[in-house]
Amino acid sequence: MSTEGDLLHAVTADDISGMRKRLGRAVVWGTGLLVLALATLQFSHEIGRIAFGFDTWRPVLYAYLLWATALCFAQVIVNGEKGKRALFVLPAALFVISLVVFPLLFALYISFTDWNLASLNGAQPNGWDNMRQMWADAFYWNALKNMVYYVAAISVEYVIAFGLALLLNAQIRARKFFRVVFLLPLMLSPVAVSWMIGKSMLEVRFGPVSRLVREMGFEPSFFGTPEMARFMIMAMDAWTFIPFMMIMLLAGLQALPREVIEASKVDGASGWQSFKEVIFPLMLPVSVTAVVIRIIFKLKLADIIINVTSGGPGGATDSVTSFIFREYRDRSNVGYGTLLAMVYLVLIIIFITALLKLVSRWMERPA
Amino acid sequence: MSAIFKDDATGQQIRAAWWSSRLAIYGALILWAFVCLFPIYWTLTTSFKLAPDVMRGNMIPFMDYTPKWKGWESLGLSPRLIGDVSTVREEFLKRFWNSTIIALSASTLAVVLGSLAAYGLSRFSYRFGFMKNSDISFFFLSQMILPPVVLALPFLVLYRSLDLLDSRIGLILLYTLMVLPIVIWIMRDQFQGIPVELEEAALVDGLGIWGAFLQIVLPIALPGMVAAFILSLVLCWNEYFFAALLSSTNATTLPVMVASQTGSQGINWWSMAALSSAAILPLITVAIFLEKYIVEGMAAGAVK
Repeated sequence: MSTEGDLLHAVTADDISGMRKRLGRAVVWGTGLLVLALATLQFSHEIGRIAFGFDTWRPVLYAYLLWATALCFAQVIVNGEKGKRALFVLPAALFVISLVVFPLLFALYISFTDWNLASLNGAQPNGWDNMRQMWADAFYWNALKNMVYYVAAISVEYVIAFGLALLLNAQIRARKFFRVVFLLPLMLSPVAVSWMIGKSMLEVRFGPVSRLVREMGFEPSFFGTPEMARFMIMAMDAWTFIPFMMIMLLAGLQALPREVIEASKVDGASGWQSFKEVIFPLMLPVSVTAVVIRIIFKLKLADIIINVTSGGPGGATDSVTSFIFREYRDRSNVGYGTLLAMVYLVLIIIFITALLKLVSRWMERPA
Repeated sequence: MSAIFKDDATGQQIRAAWWSSRLAIYGALILWAFVCLFPIYWTLTTSFKLAPDVMRGNMIPFMDYTPKWKGWESLGLSPRLIGDVSTVREEFLKRFWNSTIIALSASTLAVVLGSLAAYGLSRFSYRFGFMKNSDISFFFLSQMILPPVVLALPFLVLYRSLDLLDSRIGLILLYTLMVLPIVIWIMRDQFQGIPVELEEAALVDGLGIWGAFLQIVLPIALPGMVAAFILSLVLCWNEYFFAALLSSTNATTLPVMVASQTGSQGINWWSMAALSSAAILPLITVAIFLEKYIVEGMAAGAVK
């Protein structure tokens, strides 16, 4: 798929007067200076230099919005037709940059401070102290280790999802009914799922699953031992997200060329052989996409853990996100929590980049 | 010959194999359908149970137990209470309304911004500094791997100084950011499937590029936009993490309300079940009626 090059090429005769260009630049610079002026004013008000100022940073935000709008308009004023094209991407780009890049820079600063929301004297830079604390924090490493388990569980989810996709792709009646039913778990909010399954169906005394287990002659305890608790979290998360992979794989199956499979049948391949030799290799690109996206979603896993076990027993089910969530909720430790999050982000970027490199080399095609 | 009627030994063997494979397929389908449906069934029925019904493990309404409105009464939503003034219902409706507004506006914003960007990236070549088209696309899509926890604390501080904490606008902005990469992914795929000749013809006929986009391309890409919109809607409606951190009284959404109830007062089965049902029912309805679009949206990214 080529993303380079002017697909829709049009020759335009723009002659833009010097006056118009100057006007466009003036608008951008004027509003930009307004933002700067307001920000400086507010900053000196906050640190107590001058008495005059606003209660909040809201006016600066409005000025920023004004500047962003002016920047978009100035594109058309200065560049004419070319500017109208830039207008397609510019709003989204500005939106993402202002909501991601600024907060990330800010997060980088916070993560090297000892900021605790409960303490009164605000953020004080404390150098590498947070880093040292992290190095010694067994719970954080434990959470990272759990993430490895959680990501590994995707392999099982993948097998189940592939099986279900094959079933739905077979010659069956009521295909639409089954497709809707299989899709339903994905629609449910993880918080609702954690009550529906984690807190009521798995409830030790009255939950239906506990009853079933007791009927079979075991004593139900789903969140007692670390292994069992971790497995239950994995199962609940799998239950919600298997439909996601299933739909993607099903779309892949339906896009397969019919002739190839028929040819393999004519050549006398059994069902298993044609799956192993034809269908699975052809499905590899779709599988890789589905699994990579699933991994990305899995790395954000938190809602179910926060609501069902809140990390227990003894941190056995903690994901990194749920651990940092509690670090903030219970201890208001903004500085340290942010550092943990930043380290996690770096680890994720390294992991995903390596994964994509590996995949594209393995499949011998550019990803 | 008997081969026509297929009731010789080999024929019967084949038929037996066929029947057993049918049986296995439908068995597996029904088993998984049961796995998918039972938690939902359990929640819906539990919302009509009383404490003794829960303890006795009654399963089937009207057979095992008589359904009661007790669970829904705790939300102020039962035939008996629907006419009265009820503070619980006010509270619930406020949360419900928050969820609706936030999810709808965030999805709309994301679809508008995302479609524009995806269209631009699939048609024109840009240079912003060192970044070319593929770099810009990658920049947008790479937002997907950003874990929410990285942004959460800076946003908490930022919103506090901007007075956006516990406001709907604040959550809308964040949710838009969260679903934007997914929308761009789906829409880029859609626009690449539309032949450029259509717009070229429109340009020849005298439309500008924006005119061609709005009048020619947009109507064709509408199903894709609906798919992207519904997927965003699902993600925004279910979001918990940001809502839990960034809202306290005014802007809290349904998931936060559900989560806050599980913590306190032991477990009040019937009211929790009613609350959970109310939180999941809108999306179940969406899934049943708009399943086609959801599947389309997710398939768009998978098959290139």
